[in-house]
Amino acid sequence: MTTQIPPQTRQTQIKLDYQAAEYTSFMDRLKQWLFNGYASLFYLFLYAPIFVLVLYSFNKSRFPTYWTGFTLEWYKILFNDHLIGSALKNTLIVSISSTIIATIIGTMVSVGIERYRFRAKSAVDGLLFMPIIIPDIAMAIMLVVFYNLIHMDLGLYTIIISHIAFNISFVAIIVRARMASLSSTMEEAASDLYANEWNAFWRVTFPLLIPGILGGALFAFTLSLDDYVITNFTSGPGSTTLPIRIIGMTRRNITPEINALSTMMLLTAMLLVPLSLWLQRREDMS
Amino acid sequence: MGKPAVELVDVVKRFGDVVAVNDVSLKVEDGEFFSLLGPSGCGKTTSLRMIAGLETATEGDILLRGETMLGIPPFKRPVNTVFQNYALFPHLNVERNVSFGLEMKKIPKEEIETRVVEALEMVRMPDMAKRRPNQLSGGQQQRIALARALVNRPEVLLLDEPLGALDLKLRKAMQIELKQLQEQVGITFIYVTHDQEEALTMSDRIAVMHDGNVLQIGSPEEIYEQPINRFVAGFIGETNFLEGTVNQINGKTIDVSLDEHTIVKAHSNSSAHKGQKVGVAIRPEKISLASTGMIQGQILEIIYIGTDTRYIIRLKDDTSVTVREQNLNRIQSNKYQRGDEVGMNWDPAHALVLTE
Ligand SMILES: Nc1ncnc2c1ncn2[C@@H]1O[C@H](COP(=O)(O)OP(=O)(O)O)[C@@H](O)[C@H]1O
Ligand SMILES: [Mg+2]
Repeated sequence: MTTQIPPQTRQTQIKLDYQAAEYTSFMDRLKQWLFNGYASLFYLFLYAPIFVLVLYSFNKSRFPTYWTGFTLEWYKILFNDHLIGSALKNTLIVSISSTIIATIIGTMVSVGIERYRFRAKSAVDGLLFMPIIIPDIAMAIMLVVFYNLIHMDLGLYTIIISHIAFNISFVAIIVRARMASLSSTMEEAASDLYANEWNAFWRVTFPLLIPGILGGALFAFTLSLDDYVITNFTSGPGSTTLPIRIIGMTRRNITPEINALSTMMLLTAMLLVPLSLWLQRREDMS
Repeated sequence: MGKPAVELVDVVKRFGDVVAVNDVSLKVEDGEFFSLLGPSGCGKTTSLRMIAGLETATEGDILLRGETMLGIPPFKRPVNTVFQNYALFPHLNVERNVSFGLEMKKIPKEEIETRVVEALEMVRMPDMAKRRPNQLSGGQQQRIALARALVNRPEVLLLDEPLGALDLKLRKAMQIELKQLQEQVGITFIYVTHDQEEALTMSDRIAVMHDGNVLQIGSPEEIYEQPINRFVAGFIGETNFLEGTVNQINGKTIDVSLDEHTIVKAHSNSSAHKGQKVGVAIRPEKISLASTGMIQGQILEIIYIGTDTRYIIRLKDDTSVTVREQNLNRIQSNKYQRGDEVGMNWDPAHALVLTE
């Protein structure tokens, strides 16, 4: 014990300890600086372009090289652009309808796979992952060939069907993860309390799956919202969506109108983030 | 007495190659507190789940009040279960959890309300109706799970180690409370536990299970005083085993020779015959110490545990025997020291000859 150490030795001991402490605190501070610097660079890299984009959407000048003053002109042009308006309408039709349908089918598929045993289970399982693994471009071509084969004219419907096709997989995977985390004891407890399969599902399993289902739907919606490759291949006349329209605009010349549009989309995404966080919290609660 | 509340007839359950339950037959009488006791993995939960209908028996029959339950789904069986981890519905508050079974049975709303209130009072949780399960402690969840099952007034209540997750003190208190509750409601309880003390405290009868088999069924006294084999004797309480050969059978006692010089007396067992290798089982508290006795040994360890003093005594052949003496005097007399040679005696009626 320290009480046994003579006073002199103890002093040197304390001094040494003090030096060691000073050294480690220097190392700690250095590490802290390096870490802070790295983190700042990381966020700068991530957010500087976005900041510039937002800033120049309010720039009077047509060219992004100079800042010539504040204006809302580009937003006015944006809101009066009929082509953008109809593209936005198409995008919302496609995203919302494909999200709803894909969420319903995807949920049913995952419940089926998780709860029932059948022979082709692993095959169905594998097939479900395919749309996630297959490159977009390959999937796009396959879909076009398929629509040709069944003589279906390309248009909004074909886009919607295509989006459903890839969204099902994403929804199913998210819902299945949720499903797997629920133990089967919940359903057993329900059936022990006189609930038949129908009631056990709707009263117990489904409410517990809701966070997963909503999370899957949100994910599907975002994927659908900015899909370009598959949409471009499967679209027809009059079915231009927002991403296609934007890329078309940039081909000709980039105007600050695109900056304004991107800023609006950014705003929308920022509204979706708290929504998904809220869903996450609900998930933690149960 | 009428038909047994539950009857298992030659029930076998296999999971692929694993035999979880192997040819179990038993009868649980109406209103009885019946325990399935055995070490982990012996098939207790599987047996219970077959009665609930959550598992299908591979062979055999399960009857409730004389009617077969084969092919009847769990939601049509008049039994309820308190699950091992309670399995409360996390998305429903306490009230809705408790009313779940009644709602499924389409009981009128007013009746549901009064019965839920009654059930919550019965488990002493009347103020918790609006809480969510995750806002309750383990002990409170356990009570809600109990209320959720009992509110349905099942013919049989199945409980799978319901006190397993509680700390010792709460567990002891709940054992008494559960037993009183069972007597109060008069419902047949089938209670699964691996805790022999718990089973002895609470049960009217106990079925001791091992490796999927029921080894012995009987009252706590019967199981403790007359275990039929070494496993039961060793699993329930503490037992000393002395290995020997049957030397002589004279009426009510059997002489068993441990070696050429040592012969001990034990209670007779009709299946033992002369020359047979047997084990003599004797409880630590049934042995008394003296300067000489049927067997001799050296004190290896003296452990004072409040109510009793425990002596670990080594015999010549290196087997050790545990002896318990109650501390009747306020000041413990240091009768013996570590290293002392002592003799051990017992009433032959308390020593059992086990052939298996
Ligand atoms: N669903 C199952 N699939 C395969 N084996 C199982 C299953 N359920 C239980 N078993 C096996 O059956 C045996 C008995 O299990 P269980 O009834 O849970 O024992 P206990 O409740 O007595 O601990 C164990 O060996 C266990 O591994
Ligand atoms: Mg178990």
